[in-house]
Amino acid sequence: MKAPLSWIKDYVDVPAHVTTDELTRRLTLTGLKLEAVESPGREITGPLVIGRVLTMEPEPQKNGKTINWCTVDVGDANGTGEPQGIVCGAHNFAPGDLVVTVLPGGVLPGGFAIGARKTYGHLSAGMICSARELGLGEDHDGIIVLPPDAGEPGQDVRPVLGLDEEVIELEVNPDRAYALSLRGIAREALVSVEGADRFRDPAVRDTPAPNADGHPVVVEDPAGCPVFVARKVTGFDPTAPTPDFMVRRITAAGMRPISLAVDVTNYVMLETGRPIHGYDADKVQGAIVVRRAREGERLTTLDGTTRELDPADLVVTDDSGIIGLGGVMGGETTEMSGSTTSILVEAAHWDAVSMFRTGRRHKITSEAGRRNERGVDPTICEAAADRVVELLVEHGGGQAHPGVTVVGSPPAVPAIRMAADLPQRVAGLPIDSRTVVASLQAVGCRVDADGADVEVVPPPWRPDLTDPQDLTEEVIRLVGYDAIPSVLPTPPSGRGLTRAQRLRRRIGRTLAGEGFVEVVSFPFVGASDLDDLGLTADDPRRDLLELSNPLNAEAGFLTSTLLPGLLRTAGKNVGHGNDDVAIFETATVTLPRHAGPAAILPVDRRPTDEEFAALDAALPAQPLHLAVVAAGDADSGGWWGESRPVTWADAVEAVRSVAAALGLEVTASAVELAPWHPGRCAELSVDGEVVGHAGEVHPTVCQAFGLPKRSVAAEVDLDLLMARAVDLRRAPSFSSYPVAKEDVALVVDTGVPAAEVEQALREGAGELLESIRLFDVYTGEQVGPGRKSLAYALRFRAPDRTLKEGEAAAARDSAVALAAERTGATQRA
Amino acid sequence: MSGPNTDYDPVEVTPLKADEVEAMREAALAAIAGAADLAALKQVRLDHAGDRSPLALANREIGALPPQARKEAGQRVGQARGAVNQALAARQAVLEAEHEQRMLAEETVDVSLPTTRRRRGSRHPLTLQSELIADLFVAMGYEVAEGPVVEAEWLNFDALNLGPDHPARTMQDTFWTEPAEDHVVLRTQTSPVQARTMLTRTPPIYVVCPGRVFRTDEYDATHSPMFHQVEGLVVDEGISMAHLKGTLDHFASQLFGDGITTRFRPSYFPFTEPSAEVDVRCFVCRGGDGVAECRTCRGEGWIEWGGCGVVNPRVLVACGVDPEVYSGFAFGMGIDRSFMFRHHLEDLRPLFEGDVRWNSAFGTEI
Repeated sequence: MKAPLSWIKDYVDVPAHVTTDELTRRLTLTGLKLEAVESPGREITGPLVIGRVLTMEPEPQKNGKTINWCTVDVGDANGTGEPQGIVCGAHNFAPGDLVVTVLPGGVLPGGFAIGARKTYGHLSAGMICSARELGLGEDHDGIIVLPPDAGEPGQDVRPVLGLDEEVIELEVNPDRAYALSLRGIAREALVSVEGADRFRDPAVRDTPAPNADGHPVVVEDPAGCPVFVARKVTGFDPTAPTPDFMVRRITAAGMRPISLAVDVTNYVMLETGRPIHGYDADKVQGAIVVRRAREGERLTTLDGTTRELDPADLVVTDDSGIIGLGGVMGGETTEMSGSTTSILVEAAHWDAVSMFRTGRRHKITSEAGRRNERGVDPTICEAAADRVVELLVEHGGGQAHPGVTVVGSPPAVPAIRMAADLPQRVAGLPIDSRTVVASLQAVGCRVDADGADVEVVPPPWRPDLTDPQDLTEEVIRLVGYDAIPSVLPTPPSGRGLTRAQRLRRRIGRTLAGEGFVEVVSFPFVGASDLDDLGLTADDPRRDLLELSNPLNAEAGFLTSTLLPGLLRTAGKNVGHGNDDVAIFETATVTLPRHAGPAAILPVDRRPTDEEFAALDAALPAQPLHLAVVAAGDADSGGWWGESRPVTWADAVEAVRSVAAALGLEVTASAVELAPWHPGRCAELSVDGEVVGHAGEVHPTVCQAFGLPKRSVAAEVDLDLLMARAVDLRRAPSFSSYPVAKEDVALVVDTGVPAAEVEQALREGAGELLESIRLFDVYTGEQVGPGRKSLAYALRFRAPDRTLKEGEAAAARDSAVALAAERTGATQRA
Repeated sequence: MSGPNTDYDPVEVTPLKADEVEAMREAALAAIAGAADLAALKQVRLDHAGDRSPLALANREIGALPPQARKEAGQRVGQARGAVNQALAARQAVLEAEHEQRMLAEETVDVSLPTTRRRRGSRHPLTLQSELIADLFVAMGYEVAEGPVVEAEWLNFDALNLGPDHPARTMQDTFWTEPAEDHVVLRTQTSPVQARTMLTRTPPIYVVCPGRVFRTDEYDATHSPMFHQVEGLVVDEGISMAHLKGTLDHFASQLFGDGITTRFRPSYFPFTEPSAEVDVRCFVCRGGDGVAECRTCRGEGWIEWGGCGVVNPRVLVACGVDPEVYSGFAFGMGIDRSFMFRHHLEDLRPLFEGDVRWNSAFGTEI
C-alpha cells in the first residue's frame, strides 16, 4: 500500500520533530513494514519555479505549427530578475497566467536536461511544463496553468504541485486489511508514534437517514451481502476533469486516473478502505437484486472478459440480468462512460470468503477484491457512499439525489474474553492490566475489566481479531517487540541425531571420499526425460505423480528416478568442459500409490491415529534414493602413467563403498534394464533383496544426455539399504596361527558369472577358508574360444591350531570340486 | 675340519709359522681396507676368509701338528682369523651405510610433482548448511524431525490454521498434484513437520526440521521453485516469546558470528499468534558506521531472515496438544537464504545448476 504522507497527515497530527524516517521506523516496528519511500519529484532537479506569462507572440511556422514566443517573469530565480524568453508550443494559456517554468540547469524525469537553446529563431531559455513532462500523469494537451493564488513568480513550484510529496510504501499483511486505507494507516500512526494526536476519522460523518426514495434494492442473500447502500447523483458533467490533488494522490497510491467518476470511487476506497462501485444509473433497469449466480449464467465484466458464473458467485442483477460480480468486478452493460450523467453509487459489504473464492475462481485480482476478501469495516458503507456523492457533486457539478437506500445492517462483533495476564505470559515480559486495557483501547477495542479477565469487543475494522491470542499480539506489538527479553529455554536431554540421519551423513561423506561431487536437482520431469532414459512402455518408473500447475509443461511430473536429473547435470558439466565428472545426489523420489484422497480432517480436535495413518497411506511412497553418474577418467593420467577411464565397475564400486560404510555387502548379478547397457548392468542385492542397479549407461542414452559413451551410473534405494545397516557390530577376533595359501585357476564358459564360481569355491572350501580373492581373469588362445580363466588366491587358517600338512590342499580340492559341479569349471593345467 | 694329516712332515708346515700367519693377517686386513664397495668386499671375503683362503688353509693344518705345537698355532691362527672377521664386519657396515646413502641419494624424486590422480569429491553446500544448523540445535538438546515432501493438504494448510478460504493461502503459491481431489501438495513450507511432530510426540517437544520446500516461483536470481527451510518447534510448559527471542539470538550468533542478534517485527502467519518477522543484525556492517554503504543489508543494518511466533492455540488443538497446559514457539528460516548471506552469494542459481567446479568449492565441511 502506497500512501502520500500529506494524505496521512490529513487525518492525524504527527509532531513536527518526527521525521519520515522515524515515522516509518515506528510503523515498521508495530507491523507495517516500510518497503520504500518515494517522491514524485525525485527525478526532477534544478530550478523549477512559478512563472508569470508577461507576453506571448504567436508565430506561425513553415511546418504548419504555431509556436508562442513568450516572456515569463520568474522573479529572481534566473539570477537577473529580467523576464525569461521561452518558446512554447502550447496554447492553453494567456498573458497573466501562472505557469510551471523549468530554467536552464534543470533536469526533468527521464534525464531530460534543460538548457538555453536556439529554436524557431529565438534563444529559448527554459521550458513551460505540461503535467506529463513533470511525470505527473499523462496529460499533455497543454501546459499546466496554476491557480492565480498559487504563489509568486520565482517561487519553487514543487510544494504547489506536490512534487516534494513523500509517498511511503508499506507492506500490509493479510490480517491487517484496514491498513489498505489512509484511514487505517493514519490510525496506526496514531497508536505507534509517540505524540501523534487528533485522529480525524474520514469514515465518521453525518449521513442522511435512509428513506424510501432511493433506488430499490433487494438482497436475497444477506449472509453474502449483509449491507447494501445505494445513492444516486444526477446532472453529472461527464467531461469534468478530476481535480489535480486527486490525480496526484491516486497516482501516488499506485492507481491510474481514469475519469472523475471512477477516480472518485477509487479515491474514497483509498481513503476509507471501502470499495465502491459506480453504475451508469441510466443503464440500470429496475430494481437491483443481489443473489447467488445460477448454473449457466454468464457475465461480461469490465475487463471485457465473458465469464461462466458459478452458483457460489455473488451477483448484482437488474431487470436485464446480471450487471456485476458483487464486490469483485462490475459488468460491461452498466459501465460508466464518457456520456454518463447519472451515477448510481453502490457501497456494499460482502462476505469475505465468497469474495476470496470468486476472485480465485475467475482469477481476478483487483484493488476492490483485495480489500473485500480480507475484510472491510462493515459499518462505513453509508459514510463511504456519502463521501462519494459529496465529491461527485463538488467536482462533477451534479446533484445528490435525495433517495438513500440502505439494506441490511452490519453483523454484530462478538466479545472476546481474555485473561488479563495472557499478554505477559505470552511475551515473557511483565505487562500490567492497565497497559493491556490501554493498548486494546488504542487499537479501537471496547474493553471491560472483569476480575482477572477482560471482555473485549474488537472494532468493526478488525475482523482479524477473533481469539485471545490475537488480542495478545495487539498488546505486545504496542508495548514493543523490542522490549521482549532474550531468554534461552532449557530443553530436556536430547537423543542426538537418529540413526538414519547419521547414516545419511555417513553415506554423503563416503561418496565425497570416493571422489563424487554432490549436486541438488529439481524433481520435475516430463515423459520425454523417461524416453531419453530408454524406459520401456511398461516400466514401473513411468508411473509418475502429475502436477496440476507445473511451471514448465515439459516437466509436469514428479520424478520416480534421480537419473534424468543427474544425467542431465553430468551432460551439462561435460558441455562446460568438465570432462571428468563424477556426481551424486540423494533425494526422495515419488512413487504413486494411487491410494485415493488424503482426507481434509477437522481442525477442532486431534485426528485419530487411524485418520492420521490414513493420511500417510494416501500419500505416494517417497523412498530416499541415491544416484551416481560418472564420465571421463576416474584417475587422470600423469607422470605416473596412463589415465584410467571410468568403467561400469566404478558405478558398482560406488554402491559397494556406500554399503560397506553401512556394514553391508552387495552382490551383483547381470540384468537388462534401461538406461543401462544390456550387457553391462548389475542388479545389486543385499541379503537377497534388490536394492538398486549400476553399470555402464546405454550408448543411446549417453547421447541423449550429452554424455560421452561409456559413462556410468547407479541408482539405489537408500531406505532399503539403511534398513539393513549393521547396527551394533560384534568385535571380531582373528587367528594368529600360520596362514596357508593356495592358488587355483578355473576355466569356465564366458557366460558363467564369477560371483557363482566364487560362491561355489567358498562353500566347497569349508570353514578353514579365511579369504578368497579373484586376482586374474584371462580369455584367449590358451583357454579357447567361449571360455575364460578365473584365478583365485585362497587363504586358509584355523582359529585354534596350525594346519596340518595337506589340510589346505584338501580344502582347496573340495572347493574346486564344488565349483566344477556347479559351474562346469575345470582346473587350468 | 680335516683329519690328521699324516702325509706331512709337521716341521715343514710353513703356513703356521708366526711370521707367515702375520703376513696372511696383514694381507687380509689390507685387502679389507682396500675394498671400495660391497662387491669388492665380497671378493676379499672369499679370498681372505673363505674356505680356500690362506688362513683357512692354515687352520686346516693345525690338526697335523704335534699336540704340543697345536695350541700355539691354533691361538695364532684363531686370533688372525678373528681379527680378519672383525675387520670384514666393520668394513661391511661402513660399505653398507655408504651404499644405502648412495642409493637414497639416487632415489631422490621431485616432490613438487602433482600427486592427484583421483578427482576430489565434495558435499553440497546446502547439505552442509543444513547439517551445521541441525548440529547447533542438537547441541542445545533439540532433535531433528522430518516429514515427506509430497504432503497432505490438511497437514500443509488446515492443521496449521490455514483453512481452505484463508487469504494467506494465496501468499504461498502451491504446487498441486493430480487429481486435485486427492488433496495432495508439494509442501510449501517445512511447517507440516510441526504438525506431524505434535501428532507423533508428546511434549516437551524441542525439534528442528530442515528440508526441501516448493513454491510456484519462476526460477531467477532470487527465486527458485525448490528451496530449503529449517523449521523450529518448541512445545513445553510456560514457553514465551522471550524464549523464542533467546533461541533465535543464540542461533543467529552461532551462524553469523558472536554478538549478532535479532530484531522482531510484528507480522502475520496463520500458524503463529503473535507472529513476527525476524531480522538479523547485518554481520558485515553490524548497523555501525558503514551501514549506509553496506551492500549486504542495503543500508538497513538488518537483514530479513525468517518468520516466527507463538504457536497458535488453534494449531495445538488440531494437533492434539492441550493449549491450557502447553504453549510453544515456532520459527522458519531459509537455509538457502542463510547460506547466501554467509557466503556472499547474490544469485542463488549456482546452488541448483550442479556445476562441479562450483559445488566442489565448499569441500566437505562449511
